[in-house]
Amino acid sequence: MMEMVNITIDSKKIQVPKDYTVLEAARHANIKIPTLCFLKGINEIGACRMCVVEVEGARSLQAACVYPVSEGLVVRTNTPAVREARKVTLELILSNHDRSCLTCVRNRNCELQKLAEELNIEGIRFEGEMKKQPLDDFSPSIVRDPNKCILCRRCVSMCKNVQTVAVIDTMDRGFDTSVKCAFDFSLGEVPCTNCGQCINVCPVGALREKDSTHVVWKALADKELHVVAQTAPAVRVALGEEFGMPIGTRVTGKMAAALKRLGFSKVFDTDTAADLTILEEGTELIERLNNGGKLPLITSCSPGWIKFCEHNYPDLLDNLSSCKSPHEMFGAVLKSYYAEKMGIDPSKIFVVSIMPCTAKKFEARRPELASTGYPDVDAVLTTRELAAMIKEAGIEFDKLPDEQFDDPMGPASGAGVIFGATGGVMEAALRTVAEILSGKSLDRVEYEEVRGLEGIKEATVEIGGMKIKAAVAHGLGNARKILDRVRSGEGQYHFIEIMACPGGCINGGGQPIQPSEVRSWTNVPAARARAIYEEDKDLPIRKSHENPAVKMLYSEYFGQPGSHKAHELLHTHYARRENYPVKN
Amino acid sequence: MEIYRSHVLVCGGTGCTSANSLKIMEEFERLLAENGLEKEVKVVKTGCFGLCARGPVVVVYPEGAMYTMVKVEDVKEIVEEHLLKGRLVRRLLAGSEEAEDAAKALEGLDFFRKQLRIALRNCGVINPENIDEYIARDGYKALGKVLTEMTPQEVIDTLKKSGLRGRGGAGFLTGLKWEFAAKSQDDQKYVCCNADEGDPGAFMDRSILEGDPHSVLEAMAIAGYAIGANQGYIYVRAEYPIAVKRLNMAIQQAREYGLLGKNIFGTGFDFDIELRLGAGAFVCGEETALMTSIEGRRGEPRPRPPFPAVKGLWQKPTILNNVETYANIPMIFLKGPEWFAGIGTEKSKGTKVFAVGGKINNTGLVEIPMGTTLREVIYDIGGGIPNGKKFKAAQTGGPSGGCIPASHIDTPIDYESLVQLGSMMGSGGLIVMDEDTCMVDIAKFFLEFTVDESCGKCPPCRIGTKRMLEILEKITSGKGEEADIEKLEILAKNIKASALCGLGQTAPNPVLSTLRYFRDEYIAHVKDKKCPAGVCKAFMKYVVMAEKCKSCGICARNCPVGAISGQKGQPYVIDSDKCIKCGVCFEKCPFKAIVKEA
Repeated sequence: MMEMVNITIDSKKIQVPKDYTVLEAARHANIKIPTLCFLKGINEIGACRMCVVEVEGARSLQAACVYPVSEGLVVRTNTPAVREARKVTLELILSNHDRSCLTCVRNRNCELQKLAEELNIEGIRFEGEMKKQPLDDFSPSIVRDPNKCILCRRCVSMCKNVQTVAVIDTMDRGFDTSVKCAFDFSLGEVPCTNCGQCINVCPVGALREKDSTHVVWKALADKELHVVAQTAPAVRVALGEEFGMPIGTRVTGKMAAALKRLGFSKVFDTDTAADLTILEEGTELIERLNNGGKLPLITSCSPGWIKFCEHNYPDLLDNLSSCKSPHEMFGAVLKSYYAEKMGIDPSKIFVVSIMPCTAKKFEARRPELASTGYPDVDAVLTTRELAAMIKEAGIEFDKLPDEQFDDPMGPASGAGVIFGATGGVMEAALRTVAEILSGKSLDRVEYEEVRGLEGIKEATVEIGGMKIKAAVAHGLGNARKILDRVRSGEGQYHFIEIMACPGGCINGGGQPIQPSEVRSWTNVPAARARAIYEEDKDLPIRKSHENPAVKMLYSEYFGQPGSHKAHELLHTHYARRENYPVKN
Repeated sequence: MEIYRSHVLVCGGTGCTSANSLKIMEEFERLLAENGLEKEVKVVKTGCFGLCARGPVVVVYPEGAMYTMVKVEDVKEIVEEHLLKGRLVRRLLAGSEEAEDAAKALEGLDFFRKQLRIALRNCGVINPENIDEYIARDGYKALGKVLTEMTPQEVIDTLKKSGLRGRGGAGFLTGLKWEFAAKSQDDQKYVCCNADEGDPGAFMDRSILEGDPHSVLEAMAIAGYAIGANQGYIYVRAEYPIAVKRLNMAIQQAREYGLLGKNIFGTGFDFDIELRLGAGAFVCGEETALMTSIEGRRGEPRPRPPFPAVKGLWQKPTILNNVETYANIPMIFLKGPEWFAGIGTEKSKGTKVFAVGGKINNTGLVEIPMGTTLREVIYDIGGGIPNGKKFKAAQTGGPSGGCIPASHIDTPIDYESLVQLGSMMGSGGLIVMDEDTCMVDIAKFFLEFTVDESCGKCPPCRIGTKRMLEILEKITSGKGEEADIEKLEILAKNIKASALCGLGQTAPNPVLSTLRYFRDEYIAHVKDKKCPAGVCKAFMKYVVMAEKCKSCGICARNCPVGAISGQKGQPYVIDSDKCIKCGVCFEKCPFKAIVKEA
């Protein structure tokens, strides 16, 4: 039983748990305190001073987001002094902010803009010098606009504390303070993993993905090109948020319909390639288990994780599965098997991946991912970019009918769908490996022990008389923990799933941005994951090796998983990357 | 032990060192050897004597003759006259040259007569690089007493009874702070010393560290015993190389003597101290920023609560006191809390060290009982204002403090009265200003400092102080409007209320206090477009008085921007559009034909 304390907020007497902050207590009492830098669990530093309140006995105003409650505490959240202080602070922030709201990527989804409206800002009394700094758009994934940055430091906390990547931090001081990479490098020149989590926590338009909509619009307009879309599993459970739907709404059919209306010749499901990945990776695992290969085998679907490994754990590169990530596999299949089958010149096929991910933009440009002589994937759109294109095209998303993915590459299995949530690749692999190793069809489909949002999950699964020690980590901070255990020998595993983003792809850096007001109090990844697992449950086929399209691919083209041809098209290799200076 | 008939004390503080005192020391040693006196006279390098304005300072004992503004060339005379023939070198003597002996000469010197040196008790008396000299002056006796005769609670009670308050800023009761930390339960606690003195013109802590480092080490060990800590950190500016060197020597010597380290005085109490060098950010003097910096991260404040006594360095209970606070502590245990509480005023006990600077004759370091009036400090100890100018205001508390106008010159100096006047004690900088000072310009100076030193974490300080400075720049450049004064007040009030740390919250004080006492000067700038003190360049112009001009052309030749023209036989003319008001013409004109017009 949690110990409670009695406090008074705005003359309302309430009882709250003693580990609450004033902000949490006020929420409990249905009193709204504005916040800006605050992001629960990630950035609780009391820096922005928007949430100041009067605390009886304190000399100055206190930040509600970090002020702990205590017995008898008396707080006032709505006094002339408090309102004036908040307004002055907000006007000061606005006075040094590039206020080109109408053309900003975050127009109408900006926490600063919303605050200005809520605090009834009528003008900016304290205009003065504005810092002008160059745009950093050298990274293939992320664009930084320091002139929009309000120094809330959420991105810094995310990058440093959650992801333990720490390529950005505050530099200089006073009015010259800015969030930067070391030595004034660009994000493209440092060991950034391109995970894009910084974008998802940015309250304003200071961070965004590198735009690919223009190149896709251009391709769609090109009559010579056969433009194909493929969509990652996590996109279908988040895209609806961009159109005002509740978090966790499944819009698979509407998404397929929208893509067709945008003019894509074919709309495929990357999940089919996820099934293909399971067969290749599962075979790799069994082979390593049987032949004394390098263990643990670590998954390779998450390009943010791969780059993190290349920079920070180059000694473990041989542990990585050589499988390309699913959309890259798909791209290679489209430009080989599909091109042959349909009689299309692969140079005329333009593959667009719709991904919850910003790191995939970097991944698509890796020179080794061009098995057919052409890049496996030509352009990567984030979920947000797809939503922007749908809006720009005037498609009324919520009124679209549900449509199917196109043949011959769909539909996928439920195993392919759950790739989108942390633990999903592990579970999908176990579903297949268990049947291959035991040589029979099993009733067990769900592996609850690898689901959920705990940072590191461990499970020992008995299949075919073998005890497989599995571990799942999501978020690079957790990845670092588990890899350190592997390095030290303390963690003995056969198979590890690692996803760069906390929660897995459903919470990827390309997903719809939920403001702190929502993120701090709602478990967004959990709601999206729930939708993913529902989708899995609703599908008739739930095991990758039972996907008819995959079976067809092997029988018509690749022969066996792990065949020479499969290696040519579906596998890749990795190399150590320097940290500073970096050559990406 | 060797006995010497005379001791020559040469100041080795930063001020005198910069004025070549180390060369003077060498010269003494050379000449003493030449005269065969090296066995009779000992040369000692000491800490600061306080009379920095007249450094380098040399004191010869047993006479106690204080020679000031000594040059290397003077050493010969001191050796030959004083040390060989026993005759005072009266031309170098501080105080009255006519006095019958050296002691009388010093007695006549108000600079020392009105001081009471507790924190500075050993500065200028001992060789700070030799622990034996500190021990000879009862050093480490207080620690011995505390460890062998007192319980931690008795230590805290004694300190509370003394009424000692923090000398670094807000003046929190030191004993109470220790008590909070003592009551926090944890397996590890820390004692920190704030030696990140950063106020412009302040050098109290530096002088103590340079002149008497062991007093700080001893007090920190006492603190460790009182709260249950075994590790101390001194956060000292890297720009204080002499202090750093002497602290390192002192720690080393204390360890060798068993006064730091394991099992001190055989009592089972362990305590050690390490130095951490600060890179000079002003904000690192703020306690939470200081601890963050010790932890190896960007020195930025964090919100309180939790307070350091509960969660401080590495989230462990920590006390942080400044150098001067610590320097007082051994004396409190040696002479008793009643003795200490008997000095000063009702709520401010003991003494306070001030670094006195600005428009004052005796620039230097003084320690006065709390309750001494500003007038006594400026006129008696400080020797008044140079060139017979009128006293206008004194600035205390550095960039967090404010200005005290001449009308309050008889205010006794203590924590409460300073706050009441809109200033604060701060760490002890005291800048004296005369009638030629523009108060808007002074406010601008301090704001420039704050803007430069803001850590940038919270918007009120990061952007707010910048906006205040911009308004002050606008006003001093003649473009101010009346609404600007109102804007300054709105910003000041709200920055004070909502900034994250003490530095931000006090940053508007220089503006608020000058607005309070010198509002008419602000109005003169914005309304009458005049700078009454004639400081702000925008409001003045240089003019050639035709009747005095001899057409020599010196002004025109020296003008760096070619703003002056003329020809033989006719008075020269200054083009005020081109003129940058550098004042070179004014200085160079041999006939005083150029005047400043406000």
